[in-house]
Amino acid sequence: MDLTLKVWRQKDASSKGKFETYSISDVSKDSSFLEMLDVLNEQLIRENIEPIAFDHDCREGICGSCGLFINGRAHGPDYETTTCQLHMRKFKHGDTIVIEPWRAKAFPVIKDLMVDRSAFDKILQSGGFVSVNTGGVPDANAIPIPKEAADEAMDAATCIGCGACVATCKNASAMLFVSAKVSQLALLPQGKLEAQRRAKSMVAKMDELGFGNCSNTGACEVECPKGISIAHIARFNREFLKAKIND
Amino acid sequence: MSKLESKIPKGDLAKKWTNYKAEQKLVNPANKRKLDIIVVGTGLAGASAAASLGELGFNVKSFCYQDSPRRAHSIAAQGGINAAKNYPNDGDSVYRLFYDTIKGGDYRAREANVYRLAEVSSNIIDQCVAQGVPFAREYGGLLSNRSFGGAQVSRTFYARGQTGQQLLLGAYGALNRQIAAGSVKMYPRTEMIDLVLVEGKARGIVTRNLITGEIDTHFGHAVVLATGGYGNVFFLSTNAMGSNASAAWRAYKRGANFGNPCFVQIHPTCIPVHGEYQSKLTLMSESLRNDGRIWVPKLKEDAEKIRKGELNPGDISEENRDYYLERRYPAFGNLVPRDVASRAAKERCDAGYGVGSTGLAVYLDFKSSIERLGEDKIRERYGNLFQMYEKITDEDPYKTPMMIYPAIHYTMGGLWVDYELQTTIPGLFAIGEANFSDHGANRLGASALMQGLADGYFVLPYTIQNYLADEIHTPRMDINQKEFIQTTQEAKEKLEKLLSIKGKQSVDSFHKRLGKIMWDYVGMSRSKEGLLFALEEIKKIKQEFWSDVRIPGDPASVNVELEKANRVADFIELGELMALDALEREESCGGHFREEFQTPEGEALRNDQDFKFVSAWEFKDENEPPILNKESLDYEFIEIKQRNYK
Repeated sequence: MDLTLKVWRQKDASSKGKFETYSISDVSKDSSFLEMLDVLNEQLIRENIEPIAFDHDCREGICGSCGLFINGRAHGPDYETTTCQLHMRKFKHGDTIVIEPWRAKAFPVIKDLMVDRSAFDKILQSGGFVSVNTGGVPDANAIPIPKEAADEAMDAATCIGCGACVATCKNASAMLFVSAKVSQLALLPQGKLEAQRRAKSMVAKMDELGFGNCSNTGACEVECPKGISIAHIARFNREFLKAKIND
Repeated sequence: MSKLESKIPKGDLAKKWTNYKAEQKLVNPANKRKLDIIVVGTGLAGASAAASLGELGFNVKSFCYQDSPRRAHSIAAQGGINAAKNYPNDGDSVYRLFYDTIKGGDYRAREANVYRLAEVSSNIIDQCVAQGVPFAREYGGLLSNRSFGGAQVSRTFYARGQTGQQLLLGAYGALNRQIAAGSVKMYPRTEMIDLVLVEGKARGIVTRNLITGEIDTHFGHAVVLATGGYGNVFFLSTNAMGSNASAAWRAYKRGANFGNPCFVQIHPTCIPVHGEYQSKLTLMSESLRNDGRIWVPKLKEDAEKIRKGELNPGDISEENRDYYLERRYPAFGNLVPRDVASRAAKERCDAGYGVGSTGLAVYLDFKSSIERLGEDKIRERYGNLFQMYEKITDEDPYKTPMMIYPAIHYTMGGLWVDYELQTTIPGLFAIGEANFSDHGANRLGASALMQGLADGYFVLPYTIQNYLADEIHTPRMDINQKEFIQTTQEAKEKLEKLLSIKGKQSVDSFHKRLGKIMWDYVGMSRSKEGLLFALEEIKKIKQEFWSDVRIPGDPASVNVELEKANRVADFIELGELMALDALEREESCGGHFREEFQTPEGEALRNDQDFKFVSAWEFKDENEPPILNKESLDYEFIEIKQRNYK
């Protein structure tokens, strides 16, 4: 199929960006979206134009590196799919596809379609862990955990940290991302001890880094490639409220 | 010629690690604060090592090329992690895990290292649970286990099909905690491009900032490489796009021996290549072979018609299907080891019986299992894998058989290390997939995660102290001293040389050509003639690369083509060493199959008389061939046997 691509090009964080239009022909419907961009980049290299920079790595939908805003939707038109797992059969011959980076104050553009998501790391550094050192821990079966709790913790833990929730939220809120970690650990006895402290410090960090507030539109849940539920936001709010009451 | 000292502690196998720990030198807390450790890579091995060393009180600098340490490719591991917990009461033990691993590796791994790995395996599970890793559980609240290839017990712990992700996020959490505490300084989007030696010891690294293009140097009293494997030499593999061998390769060129480079694992069940544009391959868990039957058409005409789209698999009658694994290996059938299943698929496709539009695919058919067990049961067992398959291929595997083909998945070879995980360069350590140590010529499923975390949490934090205890009087070095400046200069010159070529061909076009040669001649099946041909071809690719590669853009900013060129330059050289190693090893063992050395039935024929050693290659000079050092493998505690699965 032949396509027209309108791609956001931006030299670096301090430069102004703009859309460039490229044509690409003979795209295989079986290729992935990023493979289509690979082909475009090969074409640009041949024409001595600098290829388009975008983040990607595992191309199996698990590392969370890739993330493009495609035709106005995070990770494109398919549901529960990362950009790397989106395939060209979701488009048709003659389509014009608009490709943009994540847009959020807390995720500044680095170049073209690459953004800086280190704010996510900073939030997790503020408390997204269980405070145990290596060694000296009890036997793994010493603490039985109800299967339901373990399964629900796993649902939350599947977050890949791609940032689609932030990119799609009109407030650029990180609530789904943060709540997934808070919820995972609050559901497990190992993480429960620090649950309130964790919720408080992660909220403070999130605010400090310029993420917006949650206004319960639920858009994040719709675009999350791992289908993480906003029910975790409710649990997160509960932990946060408890912490505040105890203050 | 470097002397290979394995430093295996004396004594009974089961006592070696205990004895080592009792006798090793330690560093006291006040001195730990004075010592800097560089850890490159943040996968399971790197993140767990950096976190653990930080907790102990060392100053750690951690580097990764990704934008966040959480994205290292350990994240993509699916199946699980082995541990000798014996929770299911099915007869597992440290010894049994050790034995299975040695045997699975076709008797080409070091006994003492593998025993230690089995010994610490239980601690890993305890550690991960304490961190909040949500492993699968039974209704009683205790941990669940599944079985994996190469074992008669159920010792694999798992978190759905995302075990690697969960373990890595656990280690990343521990790392984050140390970053917040200030004991680990994190450098994301930073790639190591050279190793600095001062008076023969590893003392630092040269890095390139992948955002600004700045070249920096960092000092460490010791340097740890946790940079993964080199499967991307083949271009198409299940590795991440950025996975590369440059850190290990630069270490090799600075004097570290490279162990068993030709030992590569080819996984039989991956989604096949669909066309010229394909960038990577996706694994389908080997557990599928429990219920799927592998076949190709018996008649060449049928295969041809399928390739042209004139026939569908459902049109082929039962008697015209060749279930070639069941035919050739009646005892093990579809559950033969990975290397055997892979070679058999290649043999059929090469003979013209392959399916799919390219002819490089075989069927993995669930029809008879669905008839026997019902679709719901199959959905319960493999639902997520079937869904992933459908996303990629747009075919419904409940209705039409899956198409699969082998793909490069893991590299058993890597930097040669002794029992302490130290390379032949003092002060340079290699952990996880980056070293050669524990898997011999073939790795068992669910053992890569085990080894990465064993090295990072429980082995290196001990053994590195035995080295650092003698370094407490070494002050932090000035990065403006001559060795740092000179190495930086050399690294810069290399990048400038690449940029100055201004040729016509893209980096990827060279990488694809290299990959094709490697796959065809240094892949699943190797011969003297083919390897000699590959060596010639790789030389040509190298020459052409250095005279005609095109790298657009500015080096002082994000420049993905420059990053790739720098990696591919190393892949080309490493590919050459792999071919050379494969040529020298005149036997078949594990993933290394030499056509000249097989039994009349076509099985791998090991030669313990002449090849029961680790090949450790030593770099001399650009113009001289490398030297082959040999570490003899002495099996004191187990009896060596020929593997048999007929």
